[in-house]
Amino acid sequence: MKSVLEYLEQSAARLPDKAAFADETGHITFAQLRDAARRVGSDLAACGCLRRPVALLMEKSLRTIELMMGVVYAGGFYVMMDAAQPEERLNRTLETLQAPVLITTPEHAEKAARLQFAGRRFLADEPGHGPADDALLARIAAQQKDVDPLYVLFTSGSTGVPKGVVISHRSTIDFIDCFTEIFGITNDDILGNQAPWDFDVSVKDIYSGLRTGATVQLIPRPYFSVPNNLLDYLDEKRVTSLTWAVSALTIVSTLDGFAYRRPACIRRVMFSGETMPVRHLNYWREAYPDAMFVNLYGPTEITCNCTYYIIDRAFAVGDVIPIGSAFPNETVFLLDDQDREVTGPGTEGEIVVSGTALGLGYYNNPEQTAKAFVQNPLNPCYLEPVYRTGDLGYYNERGELCFASRKDFQIKHLGHRIELGEIEAALEKVPQIRKSCCLYQEERHRIWCFYMGEIDKKDLAEAAAAHLPDYMIPNVFRQLDALPLNKNGKVDRRTLKEEMAVRRKS
Amino acid sequence: MEELMEILEEICPEVDFETEKALVDDKVLSSFDILSIVSEISEAFDVKITTAEVIPQNFNSAESLWKMIQDLRKRQGK
Repeated sequence: MKSVLEYLEQSAARLPDKAAFADETGHITFAQLRDAARRVGSDLAACGCLRRPVALLMEKSLRTIELMMGVVYAGGFYVMMDAAQPEERLNRTLETLQAPVLITTPEHAEKAARLQFAGRRFLADEPGHGPADDALLARIAAQQKDVDPLYVLFTSGSTGVPKGVVISHRSTIDFIDCFTEIFGITNDDILGNQAPWDFDVSVKDIYSGLRTGATVQLIPRPYFSVPNNLLDYLDEKRVTSLTWAVSALTIVSTLDGFAYRRPACIRRVMFSGETMPVRHLNYWREAYPDAMFVNLYGPTEITCNCTYYIIDRAFAVGDVIPIGSAFPNETVFLLDDQDREVTGPGTEGEIVVSGTALGLGYYNNPEQTAKAFVQNPLNPCYLEPVYRTGDLGYYNERGELCFASRKDFQIKHLGHRIELGEIEAALEKVPQIRKSCCLYQEERHRIWCFYMGEIDKKDLAEAAAAHLPDYMIPNVFRQLDALPLNKNGKVDRRTLKEEMAVRRKS
Repeated sequence: MEELMEILEEICPEVDFETEKALVDDKVLSSFDILSIVSEISEAFDVKITTAEVIPQNFNSAESLWKMIQDLRKRQGK
């Protein structure tokens, strides 16, 4: 198999009338999706999309999946962009991409019109009104390789510029084949899609559905703000499987949601993105004692996840839930700071990954790519790229891999991966700011910003919103005459951490 | 009310809680913001908040949140 389109075409041939994607208003079948995507692809091909990015500035919807697959039929790769991001950040992404096509919805057309973009613009319903050009699509397919890019996902970058991780068809196919087999996903499943489609958690839903014939049930975002609506929806739509960010699962457990309604059909709960607090896991397991629970680990750079742990025993509060073992066709190991392999229990090392699931680097960013994707230092014999995650891990007494912490200042905040350096770089664009330092208070999910400069914290928060998405705006601002320095002349984060320990008094 | 405002402003410093009246309906607050607010006000005001309370009419403004807290405290004998 060399293209994910084979997933779609095989499911459309096998289950043409089955719902492929559904939302609160209706559904599209596999055959409808295939046919619509071929029509869209025929139109987009005329714009010169072969091995080039197409930006989609829109939310997930039944039309969005038609467009995404249309881009792939046109030989290109899609880049989902969150329209809620500030224009400046969207412009930086578009500048990196130099995409020939930008597609948006009427809702975001005004914002899209203000963006600096020289390519062809479409509204979502415009491409694909004519018949599919079968000969053209066949010619494009013949030129495609399995290592061609399928999508680019942008993540926070420590220098202030988001990085676009490029993932190929090959990596996606290798990952999804294993993922669906190991966890037994079939066409009987209804996958409750929580993740926005500019997050790689969604890749698991989309392609598990396309491969197996399962229906992907889009959960409207506002339902996560009204948990009773969410629980009603999961039950009424007979959702069987959740692959959610940890934060989304904790919405239900924090509010004791199952006291209101326990969706009857859930049989599989998978989570990733952050460490799952044991008390929340236990709440869910108590509600679903027969369900499969899986802890998934891995950064966007290695196609969704590189390790998994099927929860097979009871955990008490304070226990660490392992991240488990590598997916087939991937190797995960630990290196110490001299690049020697760490194997003994309890000793920390950087988590390093090799295998076909590795991304193709960062789009249009050879410098950052060369830093993160390197030759396996344990292999002097032949080319074997590995991705250095920057995560520290260790093996527990049972030999299971566990996550410990980060080597750098990357954080996981409410499902988002954020480089604190990107926040500092953005704040330092505010003219009154001389210097800033951001820290994360994990137990309270708060980003703290200590800054030097003559500006009120409310004004600083507003100024930050012009450069940063909402979830990256610090929660707590502390103005200081000077940032404390350590003996090396760097900001003394330890002193600032002590300051954070003093709770909410400004 | 002052303590509530402090909590809200810390969770979403870019939002003007004095004037916003449709925090949920206009998607000013994300679901994770709401969850943070629930956790903080449960602790600060010693109230138990269930899914039944997490509805737009309770979370659309600082005043409606304050009213919900007062009602819950009364109902829960605090």
